[in-house]
Amino acid sequence: MNVDVKLIDTKDIFTRLFNENRDAIFSGSSEYVNTIRNKALEEFVRAGLPERKNEKYKYTPVNEYFSKDLQHNFSPKKIEFEVAELFRCDIPELDTRVILVLNGYYFNPLQELTTLENGVVFGSLRAAANKFPELFAKHYSQYAVYANDGVTALNTAFAQDGVFLHVPKNTTCDKPFQIIHLLMSNEAQMVHHRNLFILEENSEAKVLICDHTLSSHEFLTNSVTEMYAGPNSNLDLTRVQNEHNRATQLTNTYSHQMQNSNVSSNYITLHGGRVRNNVYVNLAGEGAHNNSLGLYLVDDTQHVDNFTYVNHLVPNCTSNQLFKGILDENSTAAFSGKIHVWKDAQNTQAYQRNNNILLTDTAKMNTRPQLEIYADDVKCSHGATVGQLDNDALFYLRSRGIPYKESMHLLMYAFAHAVLSEIKLQPLRERVIELVDKRLRGELSHCNNCKMKCQ
Amino acid sequence: MLSIKNLKVSIEDKEILKGINLEIKPGEIHAIMGPNGSGKSTLAAALSGRDYASVTGGSITFLGNDLLEMSPEDRARAGLFLGFQYPVEIPGVSMVNFMRSAVNEKRKYQKLEPLSSSDFLKLMREKKEVVEIDSNLTNRSVNEGFSGGEKKKNEIFQMAMLEPKLAILDETDSGLDIDALRVVANGVNKLHSPENATIVITHYQRLLDYIVPDFVHVLYQGRIVKSGDKTLAYELEEKGYDWIKEEVIAG
Ligand SMILES: Nc1ncnc2c1ncn2[C@@H]1O[C@H](COP(=O)(O)OP(=O)(O)OP(=O)(O)O)[C@@H](O)[C@H]1O
Ligand SMILES: [Mg+2]
Repeated sequence: MNVDVKLIDTKDIFTRLFNENRDAIFSGSSEYVNTIRNKALEEFVRAGLPERKNEKYKYTPVNEYFSKDLQHNFSPKKIEFEVAELFRCDIPELDTRVILVLNGYYFNPLQELTTLENGVVFGSLRAAANKFPELFAKHYSQYAVYANDGVTALNTAFAQDGVFLHVPKNTTCDKPFQIIHLLMSNEAQMVHHRNLFILEENSEAKVLICDHTLSSHEFLTNSVTEMYAGPNSNLDLTRVQNEHNRATQLTNTYSHQMQNSNVSSNYITLHGGRVRNNVYVNLAGEGAHNNSLGLYLVDDTQHVDNFTYVNHLVPNCTSNQLFKGILDENSTAAFSGKIHVWKDAQNTQAYQRNNNILLTDTAKMNTRPQLEIYADDVKCSHGATVGQLDNDALFYLRSRGIPYKESMHLLMYAFAHAVLSEIKLQPLRERVIELVDKRLRGELSHCNNCKMKCQ
Repeated sequence: MLSIKNLKVSIEDKEILKGINLEIKPGEIHAIMGPNGSGKSTLAAALSGRDYASVTGGSITFLGNDLLEMSPEDRARAGLFLGFQYPVEIPGVSMVNFMRSAVNEKRKYQKLEPLSSSDFLKLMREKKEVVEIDSNLTNRSVNEGFSGGEKKKNEIFQMAMLEPKLAILDETDSGLDIDALRVVANGVNKLHSPENATIVITHYQRLLDYIVPDFVHVLYQGRIVKSGDKTLAYELEEKGYDWIKEEVIAG
């Protein structure tokens, strides 16, 4: 069922949308998920979407994005879709388990859930909610807190499907999972979708998420990813965002880390009209370590805003944030990074860095570190820079015969390298490095590997 | 090979070089000495095309071309090399990629095919031996975390890789220990031939024991105030610059 609505007031509109499409939205979801849906809508109506005066969204007027006249689907569209023909991912040679999500719905006509020999289960979130009610009662919507957060509340109310991954105790996934979020529509569209990854004690998984647009229409995606990293588990997430300039993407990623767990997440924003990444980390078990990294390459009038909230709840945890950006033309970007160290979280180490290069006078960067530290035995540092490429280095390269453009390229690449080198999976790292390289040379368009050629 | 005529250079509207004349022929080694701040590095900057050194008068011809019309990269590809007084650290750019780009750019300019990977690595190995540079250094980012002396050795290594027609070495000897000084000087001598020329900028006569100059020039307050053969360097070592300054004042 597709509904067209002219949006005026987001609270009214989404409430109406919800009520009018209740049957479609609720159908297929588990009772538990639907109960939360109702509560989330209530909270959304109370809290509303953040406006410009909201400090957290100062540089990214989310409410305006949601006020647009966009189409909604409350059931998967019947697209005769031969993925292999339409789309080759930019990261092809990787030996991964590919999971497709089309306009927010898990896309595999043959099988909704797959169970591997080692007990790992992956597939449709919706199907999993019905099949594993205890797991959902324990984890679903436990980490993605929607109280006081209109964006996550809206997702919780509306999202119907996405990807579920469960890795049992003492299990290591043989191959990385590659989730490809595809957007394809014949009208401007809004999409809510949701992922839940559960890593039980002493397990290990690597996940790559690729975000793509396959048609030239305007899109607004509001996605939530919840990740539970059990004791001693290892989770590696890389997200490559490559959407077109008319697409707006909000990602909300919540990591909940138990003792001695290790979570690393890396957000590579290659392309996209407007991108807001919310990165929430709860260090909830002693000895947990978190790495949060990002690289954003923006030009034209693109806008990328990364927001982090690293929450040190217990003692002896470490966290490290590194976000880097290169801004060209009239682009804008923002970084706001929060480290919150609770009173009992002694012996915390928390680091944060944000470095930016502006290639033009018209590009604009806003960066704000925010530290709230209530424990006294804490090693904490933060630093933010906004500058130009190093002129001395540029001249040094040119003085050896390397042309200006190539020298610039080498330096930009070098700048980005610190983030890329943290991608642990070697073939993936090399592939992402190649993509970034192309992007910096201006040779990468989001349409590269799509045969639609819609523009 | 190089002909500098009445060269005037300003930095931030302050005239630093006030009319330099210098002729260099293939096969020659010229030493430029002079007190701190006299303009030696500024001359090197102007020759290599650094933008802050703005040329306000005079001309420079290099191998028949108007050097001042050429971009820094074109000057390099035409065979000019500057060994920096203060080499820059460039984290994230590997020595190998840097040198591969530089060597292949030069080959492109000479209308030659790029070197194959194995030929390039072979060339690296050969040249590393010439300057006795540690293999670990060339596996790192350009100058990153190199000691002062290692940076200077790395300049000579790059020079060996690029085989320039004219090398300007700006205080390549400073910061080198005795052994390294000998290695660097040997490297320069090995690379020297009747076809190419070298300008060594130095404060110390010691280097000139190893790299024997055909001419020694003294730069003072933006002018070459005295030229001679290698004995001039001994004289300076012995007497300092005061007598030259007095000569200048006496006019
Ligand atoms: N980038 C710059 N900006 C402003 N002034 C400069 C700059 N570079 C050089 N100068 C000035 O130009 C003058 C000449 O400097 P230069 O570096 O050429 O001297 P030098 O002869 O190489 O000295 P040294 O022996 O100390 O290396 C000095 O007064 C110096 O302060
Ligand atoms: Mg100098």
